[in-house]
Amino acid sequence: MGYVAVRGGEQAIANAETLLLMERVGGASELLTPRQIREQLHLAVDRVMGEGSLYAPDLAALAFKQAAGDTFEAAFILRSYRTTLPRIGYAESAGTEHMRIVRRISAAFKEIPGGQILGPTADYTLRLLNFDLEQESAQSNACVIRQLLQVAGNLDPLPESFPKVVELLRREGLLVSRSSAGDADTHVFDVTRHALSFPAPRSAQLQTLARGETGGLLALAYSNMRGYGSVHPVIGELRVGFLPVEMKHPLTGTPARIGEIKVTEAEVIARLDQSDGEPRFTLGYGLCFGHNETKAIAMAVLDRAMGAAEPEAPSEDQEFVLTHVDGIESMGFCNHYKLPHYVTFQSDLDRLRHLRAAPPSAEAADELKPEESGA
Amino acid sequence: MSRVIHPNPSSPRADWREACAYSHGRTSFAFLDEGAKREIRRRMLKAVAIPGYQVPFGSREMPIARGWGTGGLQLTLSLIGPEDVLKVIDQGADDSVNAVSIRRFVTRVTGVRTTTDTPAATLIQTRHRIPEEPLRPHQILVFQVPIPEPLRLVEPSEVETRRMHSEADYSRMWLYLYEDIVTYGEITIGARYPVLVNRRHLMDPSPIPRWDVARLNGNPALMLFCAGREKRIYALPPHTRVEPLEFEDFRFQVESFDDRRCLHCGSTQSFLDEIIEEETGRRLYACSDSAFCEKVRKAGDGSTPPSRKEERLP
Repeated sequence: MGYVAVRGGEQAIANAETLLLMERVGGASELLTPRQIREQLHLAVDRVMGEGSLYAPDLAALAFKQAAGDTFEAAFILRSYRTTLPRIGYAESAGTEHMRIVRRISAAFKEIPGGQILGPTADYTLRLLNFDLEQESAQSNACVIRQLLQVAGNLDPLPESFPKVVELLRREGLLVSRSSAGDADTHVFDVTRHALSFPAPRSAQLQTLARGETGGLLALAYSNMRGYGSVHPVIGELRVGFLPVEMKHPLTGTPARIGEIKVTEAEVIARLDQSDGEPRFTLGYGLCFGHNETKAIAMAVLDRAMGAAEPEAPSEDQEFVLTHVDGIESMGFCNHYKLPHYVTFQSDLDRLRHLRAAPPSAEAADELKPEESGA
Repeated sequence: MSRVIHPNPSSPRADWREACAYSHGRTSFAFLDEGAKREIRRRMLKAVAIPGYQVPFGSREMPIARGWGTGGLQLTLSLIGPEDVLKVIDQGADDSVNAVSIRRFVTRVTGVRTTTDTPAATLIQTRHRIPEEPLRPHQILVFQVPIPEPLRLVEPSEVETRRMHSEADYSRMWLYLYEDIVTYGEITIGARYPVLVNRRHLMDPSPIPRWDVARLNGNPALMLFCAGREKRIYALPPHTRVEPLEFEDFRFQVESFDDRRCLHCGSTQSFLDEIIEEETGRRLYACSDSAFCEKVRKAGDGSTPPSRKEERLP
């Protein structure tokens, strides 16, 4: 027989998995441990947690290892694990002024109450390939770190709370007020339990963006910044730090701190809005798991862009943005075209051959005899 | 379908903590937590109550990718019980890689029996086909749906298509078909042919070929459709009226195979896949429904395949 249809069944799938394993661990190097990934590839872990919408650094590191460094795939694995977990409850709203700050900057003001804190960033480092890392020495690394800590030890400890920069503007009445994410009755829409409908409540918008794929958010936000839209953002404040999470005790009802999560928060101030008569600034808000500044800023720009009354560009259209930023959905659908489509293609082929056999003149159309009636 | 499903019939585990601790790896019976299954079953009941209407639901992320049958899988896992017999097909075939992968996953998290024999199955999950053999009452056919919105062809916005459905405003779809005829002298829709359900809702039958569309009508089995990525469930209860869109003077047409036969079983009564023979470049044809083909071959005579009744309108 001259053909073998692409149907391999169980054995082919099992072999494919083994080949994948071979590619991941077939080299001579030492096996990576999830702990190494969590500690040394922490930005990848943060990204996977954000897009996987599960704050679990150890599991995200494991997923990243399993996916051999594919962030889409790792976030996907984390999301499907998330499905097996029951929803126990919802945390209390957290104010980010109580964030334990690691980094905090404002592009809007030179001096801000509490001060600018640069923190860990590569923003001002020349991106030259560092060949020293080929032979990195733990000893010299430790020495450099020790020097920094010695200096830091002589400084005053950071305050527990930093005032928000945008509060200054708000107090002056220069900011347009927006509906908070939790509506009047503090009801929060849960996008993992309900399908979105449009217009989506603000809480649903922000959740969808926070779970969004970094590259997807960036592409849409960039289209807006570049010209297909009108948000010209100024970063009012960008914070990275640890946010305490509180839940109500199931018996006593008193809020209890159950831990903290690392987040990045961006507040962008954008163009004047004169809808209520007085000119004011408007605010876009972004917050995501872990340290991911690109995502937080892109999210804030999109949050602001979607507030446009009359969408004129794709990034201003809420439905367009929210239905296309999820990495798990877009990546899955893109890849599903690899599945066999023999039947649908056969059906299309039938139409095309039929068309070519019958040229589209009026006479020809009349002559065509219906083959079979469906009714 | 509404029976309560416990991981082990002899020792019911009503408590979610126990259900979660149930030891198929680290997950519960049928993967989804019990709350999710209940929620999805309630959505299905609503879908059954309004045939052809798309019910939104909180679609969960599954360990297979979006677009690979996560919707169908969620229905299957929410419905399945230990005594069910499962059949999974893709493009009509039981041994297609994706069907194998889904079947393997469901058996891994439930331990249910599987079959390739259509009449022997209680629950059938399918992608792009309806099995050739007629379905029986009490069987459930679960369709994987990529794009649940038939109006997406003419309108990209969900807000607008919801309005069109609520007002039964399908004029743009009719216009699309009309313009197709004016331009090409034909309706050029191949698979995913839009159908009107219960004379009310326009429905996407999933990318089944037109060959299968007639069998949606008045079918005695319960047909459930789910799009995981788009988060929609819809249903055709048994014996529902389903009509493809067609004009009085321009009828719906199914695929024509011009008396070609399956090269394996010789059937002329089934939907055929086209195969190009490597050495000669000749076009050959084989049944897309592999279980049906096998059965006809075993019966030994291609001229008497299992009956394929067309359900007609009353």
